[in-house]
Amino acid sequence: MQMTKNVTLARAEALPDHAPIKINAMGINVFYGEKQALFDVSIACPDRAVTALIGPSGCGKSTFLRCINRMNDTIVGCRVDGRIEIDNEDVNLKSLDPVVLRSRVGMVFQKPNPFPKSIFDNVAYGPKIHGFASSKSELEGIVEHSLKKAGLWGEVADRLHQPGTGLSGGQQQRLVIARAIAVNPEVILMDEPCSALDPIATAKIEELMDELREQYCIVIVTHSMAQAARVSQRTAFFHLGRLVEAGTTEAIFTNPTDPRTQDYITGRSG
Amino acid sequence: MVWIVLVLLTALSALAYGLGRRKAKAAGKGHSRPNYQGAYVALWAVVPAGLLLAVVLVFGGRIEHAMLSADAPAAVAELPSEQQEVFYGDARALAAGKATSGTYDFGPLKAHLDAKAAQSARQHQIFLTAAIGLAIALALGGFALAFSRLKPDFRARNRVEGWVSGLLIACSTLAVLTTIGIVASLAFEAFRFFQSVSPLAFLFGTEWSPQIAMRTDQVAADGAFGAVPLFAGTFLVMLIAMIVAAPIGLYSAIYLSEYAHKTSRGVIKPLLEVLAGIPTVVYGFFAALTVGPIFRAFFNWVGAQTGGPLGDYLMQVQNQMALTAGVVMGIMLIPFVSSLSDDIINAVPQSLRDGSLAMGATKSETIKNVVLPAALPGVMAAMLLAVSRAIGETMIVTMAAGLQAKLTLNPLETVTTVTVQIVTLLTGDQEFDSPKTLAAFGLGLTLFLVTLTLNVIAMRVVQKYREQYD
Repeated sequence: MQMTKNVTLARAEALPDHAPIKINAMGINVFYGEKQALFDVSIACPDRAVTALIGPSGCGKSTFLRCINRMNDTIVGCRVDGRIEIDNEDVNLKSLDPVVLRSRVGMVFQKPNPFPKSIFDNVAYGPKIHGFASSKSELEGIVEHSLKKAGLWGEVADRLHQPGTGLSGGQQQRLVIARAIAVNPEVILMDEPCSALDPIATAKIEELMDELREQYCIVIVTHSMAQAARVSQRTAFFHLGRLVEAGTTEAIFTNPTDPRTQDYITGRSG
Repeated sequence: MVWIVLVLLTALSALAYGLGRRKAKAAGKGHSRPNYQGAYVALWAVVPAGLLLAVVLVFGGRIEHAMLSADAPAAVAELPSEQQEVFYGDARALAAGKATSGTYDFGPLKAHLDAKAAQSARQHQIFLTAAIGLAIALALGGFALAFSRLKPDFRARNRVEGWVSGLLIACSTLAVLTTIGIVASLAFEAFRFFQSVSPLAFLFGTEWSPQIAMRTDQVAADGAFGAVPLFAGTFLVMLIAMIVAAPIGLYSAIYLSEYAHKTSRGVIKPLLEVLAGIPTVVYGFFAALTVGPIFRAFFNWVGAQTGGPLGDYLMQVQNQMALTAGVVMGIMLIPFVSSLSDDIINAVPQSLRDGSLAMGATKSETIKNVVLPAALPGVMAAMLLAVSRAIGETMIVTMAAGLQAKLTLNPLETVTTVTVQIVTLLTGDQEFDSPKTLAAFGLGLTLFLVTLTLNVIAMRVVQKYREQYD
């Protein structure tokens, strides 16, 4: 009861007024075997905004991200307790098929991971397995649309049938974003999407995030404080498996309430 | 005596190492660390002397033999050369206090024999003393030379590394030369075979009965060396083996790498590897004594039920048939295919699986659409390696496929394979100038070329596949 009250409070005071809540996690505990990785994390992520998760390595921010699309289910011995609502529906129920959930929640990984297939087949992969396209032309339409949204169309339009692994790192990362967009998700999770990229490619991805947030709820894990400040509207600081502080990015970076947050963003710890 | 010297040399090398090291340590910090300086001295003390001793051990007998036969008495010189060989051999045996060979009776030459024995005894003594003396001189000389060279700025490490890389080069050269030698001897004998049987008749002839050529009144008829039935038999058995091994091996690899729980994987994988350790001859009698009779009983029973010409045919199916050999060979290849494929599937990066699962693909969709296509080149290479093993496999087919060269694709017939024919051609008494025996080399060369091609293709494919992720 107490917990629910806190969450309501958090909603009331920390969210920008215009943003409805998309993801609402309540009392999340994650265990890898005997070891507990997350302790009672409660956080709300607004729709049509970027929420950044920051914190030192091993603080549990990626673990939390992977709870949202139940990727932790693929890890043997991992247990997730708590309630994760997407549009007020608990997605952490055993009875809910993670396969269905993951078609609503796209994910982009740290290292670009295009399949060893052509650029076209990479993007067409999701629509094909979910049966979105009834004809070849419709499929081509989806691929083109997704690549355009990911800002990659101009660069690859004339070589759609060449292998996706032949692209540069930054292009590969935009390709997998296009691949995620192609299944028309509601949420896009990004796990340090720029850590393997150079500054120019990073700038492009950040620009892209800014455009994508007009349509999607984006949650990003990042090690770069500057990136969190640039792209996110809300920031949450994790430390040792606990959520220390969450609020608008501006508030977290200019006026953190917790000394640990203060130390981390000013570079005194981490 | 020589062995004692070898032991002494070992002791000397340890001593040289210790002394060199001590001198280097005493001299203070220099270019190379003290153990390299010690190793340098030890190498110089041991290697030249060791090489000399090796030469003496290998060629000493011959050298002494040559020395003994240099001034042959007239009576001995008149003997045929092979008798002379035995004569000197006997003389050396007498000198060493051993019994003579007794191959020939040298009664009238007894005096000469005794004289030569005495000469051999003296000569052996001198030879041995000289060899050992030289070895000791070389060891001490080498030691003194190397030891005097040691100075702080002496580049002992580079020298020692030079010696070691020389050793490595020598070993790899030996391996390559041996391979070249094998191929050359194969090619040479095959060439002799193709002088008596035309390559065209060999490669495209459809009748194989090399025994005919054994009859003295008959020259090797070209038709008797047509290898097509053997190739067909080899192909048939290989095909059956792969039909068994490819799906079972691949599916068990998929199960092991994608589905199996850690504990069940820990049990199943070693069990499969036990299968790989069974000697092929054991598979051979498993085929001949267990699988063959079961298949025969089955087909005879089916024949009895059906009746008619097909039934009659099935009634007379034998133990030995292509099916028996192929199925058992397939069982033998299962662990081979599965363990190679398992490694290859495991090498597909986890990030690809995560990427696919995160798109909302199920596990089986992920395996079918992402993991297997990514692993396909490697799996193909594994299959090609299995094929080349199936082609080269001998024991199972020898025991379970039969010996009759029949040009057939019916798996219920007895067939024979290239390897089986090589075994039959080269067992028992041999005449190495008849086409019958030489045919084995023709077959061997063909087999070698086929498996070499398959292996090269497989290696190329694997290489290409590796580049994709690294």
